[in-house]
Amino acid sequence: MKHNAMKVFHFFAFAFILLSQPGTALAQHIPAASIPAAELVQPADLAAILKSASAPKPLILHVGFRTLYAQAHIPDSEYVGAAGEDAGLQLLRNRVAKLTKDTAIIIYCGCCPWSHCPNIAAAYNALHALGFTQVKVLYMADNFGDNWVNLGYPVVMGR
Amino acid sequence: MKMAGVRVIVAGVCLAMATLPIATTPSLASDGTLQAAPDFTRTDLEGRSLSLRSYRGKLVLLNFWATWCGPCLAEIPRFAAWQNTYGAAGLQIVGVSMDDELAPVKRAYDKYHLNYPVAMGDAQLGESFGGVLGLPLSYLIDPDGRIVGRYQGELDLKQLESKIKSLLPRRP
Repeated sequence: MKHNAMKVFHFFAFAFILLSQPGTALAQHIPAASIPAAELVQPADLAAILKSASAPKPLILHVGFRTLYAQAHIPDSEYVGAAGEDAGLQLLRNRVAKLTKDTAIIIYCGCCPWSHCPNIAAAYNALHALGFTQVKVLYMADNFGDNWVNLGYPVVMGR
Repeated sequence: MKMAGVRVIVAGVCLAMATLPIATTPSLASDGTLQAAPDFTRTDLEGRSLSLRSYRGKLVLLNFWATWCGPCLAEIPRFAAWQNTYGAAGLQIVGVSMDDELAPVKRAYDKYHLNYPVAMGDAQLGESFGGVLGLPLSYLIDPDGRIVGRYQGELDLKQLESKIKSLLPRRP
C-alpha cells in the first residue's frame, strides 16, 4: 500500500518537473551518450570527407538551433530544426520523407557540451526509427565553435 | 603494478582537466591593450533599453545562455544571487538569450526570478562577439568596457566568484 502511494507520488513529482520546464514543446531529453559509438564520426574525419574530391558527399543536416546555425555552419549543411523539440523533430521527419533508407546522412548540433545536447540523440533515434541505415552523428565534445570552427575546418560564417 | 597505478592517476587528472570549463585569456587589440567589448543595444524583457556601454563604471558579467541549455539553467540562479550580493559593489549581470523564440525565455525569466536585465540575442550579436557557437558562454568586462575574461562551457562558479570579487570597483 505504502509502495503504491510512493509510486503515485513519484509519478506526480516527475510530471510536475516535466511541466515546469521553461522550454517549448520539448521531446523527452535523450542523452547523447545513448548513441552507439560506432555511429559517431569525428570532426577531423568529416572534414577530410568534405575536402576530398572523390569521396561521396553525405547529406549533412543541422538539427540544432537556428541562431547558432545562422552564425556558422558546415558548408552545404541544411538547417532542419531543433530535434529536441517536437516541431523540430517533425521537420526532420518531413525532410527525409522522400529519401531512400540507404541515404548517407550526417547529423550535427554542437549547441552545448555533448552530454547536455538536447537534440542530437532525438534526431538519431528518429532517423533510426524511420529505418535509415546510413546515419552518422558528428561528435562534438564541447560545441561547434571549439570542435569545428576553431580547428580550421570548412565553415560558412554569417547569415 | 606501481606504473599502472600512476597511469590511472595521470589519466584521471587528464580527464578531469578536459572537463573543466575553458577560461581563455582575452584577446588583445592591435595597440596591446585589452580588447574592448563590442557595444550593443537591445530592449530587455521588461521593455527597457539595454545598452552594454551604459554599464561603464561597473564590472559586467555578460552571460549568453538559452533555455535549452542545461548548464546555463544551472548557472543563472547563482548569477541572480551574485547580483544581490555584489550589485552595490558595482557588479552588473547582463543576460543575452540565444533562444530562437521569446516565449520560453520569458517563462524562464519569471521562473528563476532573474533580477538582472535579459535581452534576446541573435546571430548578428553573436557574430559581434566572434561567434556564440556553443553555450554557456560568459564574458567578464571591466569598468572601462574591456574584456578581461571569456568563459566557455560549464563554469567553476567558485573560481569565477573569486575573480569577480577581485575585480569589483568597490568593496562589497
